[in-house]
Amino acid sequence: MSDSVLAITIIWVFLFIYSIAGSIDFGAGFWAMASMRRRDNHAASIANLYLSPSWKVTNVFLVLLVVALVGFFPHAVYVLGSVLLLPAGLMLVLLIIRSTFMVYAYSVRRYVRLLTVVSGVTGLLIPGLLISVLPVSLGGFVTMESGYPQLLFGKLLGSVTEYAHLAFGISTELFLSALFLADYAREADDEDTYRYYRVRAILLGPLTLITAILVTVTFAPEAQWILPNLQRVEGWFALSVTAFLIGYSALFWRSGRENPGKPRAAVIAIVLQYGLAVFAYGKAHLPYIVYPSQTIDQSVTNHSMFVSLLTGYIVFSAILAPVFVWFWRLFFKDKGYLRQE
Amino acid sequence: MDTVVLSRALFGSSMAFHIIFATLGVGVPVMILFAEILYHVRKDADYALMAKRWTRGFAILLGVAIPSGTIVGVMLALLWPGFMEIVGQVIALPFQIEIWAFFLEALFMSIYVYAADRLTPLQRITSVFFVALGAVGSAVLITDAQAWMNTPTGFTYKDGVISDVHPWQAFFNPNFATSATHVAVSAFMTGAFAIASVAAFKLLRRGRTEREYTYHRKSLFIALLLGGVMSILTAVNGHATAQKLHKHNPEKLAAAESLFETRSYAPLAIGGSPDPETGEVKGAIEIPWLLSFLATNSFSGVVKGLNEFPREDWPPLYTHTLFNAMVGIGSVLILIAIVGAWWYYRRRSYARWLLWVLAATGPLSMLGIELGWVFSCSGRQPWTIYHIQRTTEAATKTAEVGPLLVLFVSIYVFLLIVTALVMSFYFKRHPVAREWQTAKEPGR
Ligand code: HDD
Ligand code: HEM
Ligand code: HEM
Repeated sequence: MSDSVLAITIIWVFLFIYSIAGSIDFGAGFWAMASMRRRDNHAASIANLYLSPSWKVTNVFLVLLVVALVGFFPHAVYVLGSVLLLPAGLMLVLLIIRSTFMVYAYSVRRYVRLLTVVSGVTGLLIPGLLISVLPVSLGGFVTMESGYPQLLFGKLLGSVTEYAHLAFGISTELFLSALFLADYAREADDEDTYRYYRVRAILLGPLTLITAILVTVTFAPEAQWILPNLQRVEGWFALSVTAFLIGYSALFWRSGRENPGKPRAAVIAIVLQYGLAVFAYGKAHLPYIVYPSQTIDQSVTNHSMFVSLLTGYIVFSAILAPVFVWFWRLFFKDKGYLRQE
Repeated sequence: MDTVVLSRALFGSSMAFHIIFATLGVGVPVMILFAEILYHVRKDADYALMAKRWTRGFAILLGVAIPSGTIVGVMLALLWPGFMEIVGQVIALPFQIEIWAFFLEALFMSIYVYAADRLTPLQRITSVFFVALGAVGSAVLITDAQAWMNTPTGFTYKDGVISDVHPWQAFFNPNFATSATHVAVSAFMTGAFAIASVAAFKLLRRGRTEREYTYHRKSLFIALLLGGVMSILTAVNGHATAQKLHKHNPEKLAAAESLFETRSYAPLAIGGSPDPETGEVKGAIEIPWLLSFLATNSFSGVVKGLNEFPREDWPPLYTHTLFNAMVGIGSVLILIAIVGAWWYYRRRSYARWLLWVLAATGPLSMLGIELGWVFSCSGRQPWTIYHIQRTTEAATKTAEVGPLLVLFVSIYVFLLIVTALVMSFYFKRHPVAREWQTAKEPGR
């Protein structure tokens, strides 16, 4: 495999990890807000039990994605950085408000409602905005008229595909987080809360599929080049849809408990679904990072930097792996933690 | 104002905001570790309570440190795309390794805070040790990138094309060790003095129980101890940092010291305002020969003056004031720490006037950090990468920087106020006295 193909594979893997982890994180913040006043279950406290220890770690994955892009594809970062100033700047504003208010909410009980609502709503919007970078990379929204790359922000805001992406991002966020929290509630043996999240996952699942199809039919005229590529990877998308169907059905499997469904199986299958879809989409996106100006071969870093970066990723991942495992045990497996109020 | 100036303003204010929380994020965990170890050794529950309360304050600060760091990290690519294009080719390693330092800190921070009751004492100390290690690691690594901007090595640059890259040579650039040490020890110092300030402030309150005063006196003492040692290290290492300037960035040193003519037996000018037309520093106190000695270890050493360099390559002359203020603060802090610790050692208490002085140490060292960074970044002008890339070439050409500047600065001001309110609200609701009443086991 060439440097550039290996590098872009790593980027897509990081993107995949963050799209799952970030969706769950921001979604959990939203559910903590939406279920704040419910007395019949612990939906809000389960969401917070998940969020408090994990939001910092999730945030590092976002930084990881950006830093990996800078290291592996510096020339593409030149274009993306220039172009995304306004949308990414706005996203950063939402991000800082979301995170700080969430932390304040843990410390200042008196204003917990207000603080949670602000962080829940801002968090809801962030994944949508992140996903809307994708249409920019597909072409049609960048001009080189003045000799440097510039975003046609008005055109982007007026395009259908932007809103399709936004809808896809938000529904994915809500679906994945509801599904994950259903599993988390089951792990905590909290059937009332499980029921709450299961119902929401069942309602949202088909929506993500519909918005995903919406994305593929609304590509901008300049992005039509990707359609034949997408057709070439049809097989992968078919597998992805199959994984979705299995995962979705797992919510109805017999469980031997008060409520039907095997949420763990559902989570695994749905994560697999997204993995397959991201892989297929990434393959179809090749050879471009930003169409039409940046191919992966033009923008990849030099070989010696590439080798050092790769070595770094391998060495440090190996060192940190046990810490991740310990973290997982303490916060995802320990009944003592999961059952506290 | 043009886009470049706006971009500098936006990035500079974002960094100035992040560094407040980042520095405390480096310094406070060291204090927590110190208290945890003291608790382990002395079995005095007051130290456990200190660790616990500082951790809660730290958790609030991290809530701002992390997103503000994410902002500056992404903003580097948004505002300085030309710079990041080179970073990705030459000095991507520290940025990348920093990620793992972030992971280390974030993972262990959650373990330390949210699993505290399920950890053994040793596991707790280990966790907080790794939190501190992760924080220092991120500071050292990001400073590496900044040191490389001052002493760029590890590549060949010709006609805008980078070739012959040696990532590790860039990583271990000449300024790395001194700069990273300077940043680390000054952050430890600032974390300690921040805690000293709070304790001194609490001791100034009247009508509390004797037990509460004892608690705060202990905390003030350990903070002064660590802060004092670190302030001496900061100054000693700052001297080494300045000698690196003499060697690698002579125009920066010349601007910092307002030296216009190259000469031996150069005097040290303290204060005053430099006048580029006459080449004199108006109103400065001049100490003969000292600059030569500080820069070269010899009174006859030759120090380069600004006139050696073309006028358009001069750093801004106000860096003289920034540099003087940083060094002045450093010297004053050493003095305060020594007097304070000595006073407590002799009398087991503090005079009120002394407490007022001690309460100023935290804000003073934070000011020192800000001055030092603005000095270092502005003193590099007009270069972003010293003698390789000018700031105008690094900057974005996109026009929307103005509105973003207004938006971000308002948010920073807002968050500074709200964070201060949240802190005071939280600790008012959870006073030390109440924690003793409700504690089930000592301090936990
Ligand atoms: C409270 C904090 C503090 C204090 C008391 C000092 N410094 Fe400092 N200094 C910093 C905090 C700092 C800093 C914020 O951490 C900087 C900015 C960039 C860097 O590497 O460290 C810095 C930079 C910095 C530089 C510029 C490095 C460069 O641009 O490459 C020099 C020459 C010194 N320092 C020298 C000193 C000396 C001689 C001090 C004598 C007491 C001193 N500093 C005290
Ligand atoms: C010398 C100055 C700096 C110091 C001492 C410093 C230190 C810190 C610390 C202690 C944190 C909290 C880490 C955590 O909990 O994970 C942090 C966060 C962060 N900093 Fe800085 N930082 C500095 C400058 C910078 C710069 C210039 C950048 C941009 C490239 C940056 C990028 C970040 C990022 C991206 C985060 C968030 C990491 C996360 O998601 O946890 N920092 N910084
Ligand atoms: C954390 C404390 C820091 C503060 C307060 C700070 C402050 C500033 C200021 C005021 C400027 C504008 C300079 C001018 O135009 O006169 C600037 C520019 C800049 N700084 Fe820093 N800085 C900090 C740390 C860093 C670090 C650690 C890095 C390295 C990654 C860095 C990289 C840059 C870059 C790339 C620019 C823009 C290009 C330039 O003006 O040269 N800064 N910073």
